[in-house]
Amino acid sequence: MSTATAELGLPGAGTENSVLVRCAGVEKSFGQGETKVRVLRGTNFNARAGEMTFLVGPSGCGKTTLISIIGAILSCEGGEVEVLCQDLRAMKRKKLADFRLAHFGFIFQQFNLLPALSAAENASIPLVARGASNRSAEHAATELLHKLGLEGHAHKMPNQLSGGQQQRVAIARALVHEPDVLICDEPTASLDAASGHTVMELLRDLAVEGGRSVIVVTHDNRIFEFADRMHHMSDGVITRTESADEIEAHEGSSA
Amino acid sequence: MLRVALRMLIGDKTKCLALVFGVAFSTLLICQQVSIFFGLLGRASSVVNDVREANVWVMDPSVKTIDVPFPLRDTELPRVRSAEGVAWAVPFFKAQAQVRTRGGNLENAVILGIDDASLVGVPDKFVLGGIDDLTMPDAIAVNPAGFRLLFPGEELSVGRTLELNDRRAKIVAIVDAAPAFAANLTIYTRYSLATRFTNNGRNQLSFILAHSAPGYTPEQAAANIEQLTGLKAATSGAFRIESIMYVLANTGIPVSFGTVVLLGVIIGIAIVGLTFNQFVVENLKQYAALKAIGVRNLRLLWMTLFQAGFVGVIGYGLGLAAAALFFSQWVAQKSDALRGFYLLPQVAIGVAITAVVIVVLSTLISMRRVLVVDPATVFRG
Repeated sequence: MSTATAELGLPGAGTENSVLVRCAGVEKSFGQGETKVRVLRGTNFNARAGEMTFLVGPSGCGKTTLISIIGAILSCEGGEVEVLCQDLRAMKRKKLADFRLAHFGFIFQQFNLLPALSAAENASIPLVARGASNRSAEHAATELLHKLGLEGHAHKMPNQLSGGQQQRVAIARALVHEPDVLICDEPTASLDAASGHTVMELLRDLAVEGGRSVIVVTHDNRIFEFADRMHHMSDGVITRTESADEIEAHEGSSA
Repeated sequence: MLRVALRMLIGDKTKCLALVFGVAFSTLLICQQVSIFFGLLGRASSVVNDVREANVWVMDPSVKTIDVPFPLRDTELPRVRSAEGVAWAVPFFKAQAQVRTRGGNLENAVILGIDDASLVGVPDKFVLGGIDDLTMPDAIAVNPAGFRLLFPGEELSVGRTLELNDRRAKIVAIVDAAPAFAANLTIYTRYSLATRFTNNGRNQLSFILAHSAPGYTPEQAAANIEQLTGLKAATSGAFRIESIMYVLANTGIPVSFGTVVLLGVIIGIAIVGLTFNQFVVENLKQYAALKAIGVRNLRLLWMTLFQAGFVGVIGYGLGLAAAALFFSQWVAQKSDALRGFYLLPQVAIGVAITAVVIVVLSTLISMRRVLVVDPATVFRG
């Protein structure tokens, strides 16, 4: 359970297999009139603590929209969205920002590291944003970077790091403030197979084993083996959910 | 987060330098022009400022500035002296004359004739010689800028003679008078000599300098003089302001300098605005990422303002330092044309406020971009 969750006394967080993210009948459209597009059509989605939940599906099926709503970045028009038993739809914008900072970690496809900051400074941003001193935040970030195998790289700038190393810095940034939910958007899309595999192992070791819920949006079937649960999405609805055993069996038959 | 903002800014060295240059350039341009403007206005009243002993100036009612006197009758002097509340009154002559320099050129000079008996009307400070030297035959005192105009490349000295309207004049003193508005060469001499140097005929009394008697304010003395003589009487302060206002109202100086200052502001906004906007646009994805992480809009706004404020402070500091150097003893004070022009503290404060306006106006559009950027864009590849 994260420090922030413990401080808030939120129920359920971190308990093995407890549902941290619950979406029911989520509706979301973009555009107006004739150009209006219904992206989510009553989508149901759950993610549990200590699990790596994959969200897969073709481009344009609504995966990014769904994780944006779960991540308190987008609002939805209908349905229920609960994270850590908190109704996101009832929160005001400022509170949503605070909620994101306290409970979410984000890993983006393009890393989105700040090019002017060193690896340690990039990784320390969530702690600094929460009011920690630069020194203590960088100390914590550097320790985490060590765990992620980036010893000696803490003071390097992003352009001095390889793609895999940059993604590890992004993982450090996502984990440094001990969030309850980690949202990963195509975390291996910019990496080669070996780096992608390493990144997923690190996520499993550091994130899932810390009792967090990790939601991974991906097209990369090379990493399906890491999924504890996989939601298949199509045209704005979850069409199928597979458990780890089912995924393994499915992947085995495919091979 | 302010350190993050600073690192983001400094990380883009080219734009950071362009932003600092924009503010520094505007600051220098505005400081320099406004200071010269005020310096020129100061010259419009420099003769009034240099006469320390008198506190009331008496003149023809049509006179509006020290530079355009209208002669009074000599008989007006005793009438002024007889006004209630007047301690003393002395004649003061002011005219322009042509002086031939060592190189044979003709230069305009302001000739100021002071009372032969009291020598009232000369500035306090002498660089060479003294006030009593003006009692010598053909004696004149000139200001340093005037001396260098007459004798280029020579050290300040006394004893030189020159030709003033075909009459011999001998420099007996160098007086630290501020350059006048109309000419760089200012000549002080006795009233009787001044009228001879200019040959203006009868009625050569330009002004009457007076001082209020104990128990009377200068305003009361001036009012009594006006009532008794029908002449115009003004306190030194009022006449100084009137002379400045005359220049403001009757010359193109305010428009000319105002235009340059406005250009400085516009150029500053253009350079800073465009560069800062480009900087923000290029970093929009980073701001979106920060937003997605949970950094509030208000905090991002502070970060943007801090970045703008940082370049503003550095740019203003550099611009002000360059302006201070320009007006320093090493540059402007060495030039007779610019001598007496200073960077006033009030100008520095005014330009600081202008720099804030430039920076704020330049960053408004950029700040809006930061505020409205959709954090969801970070998920869009």
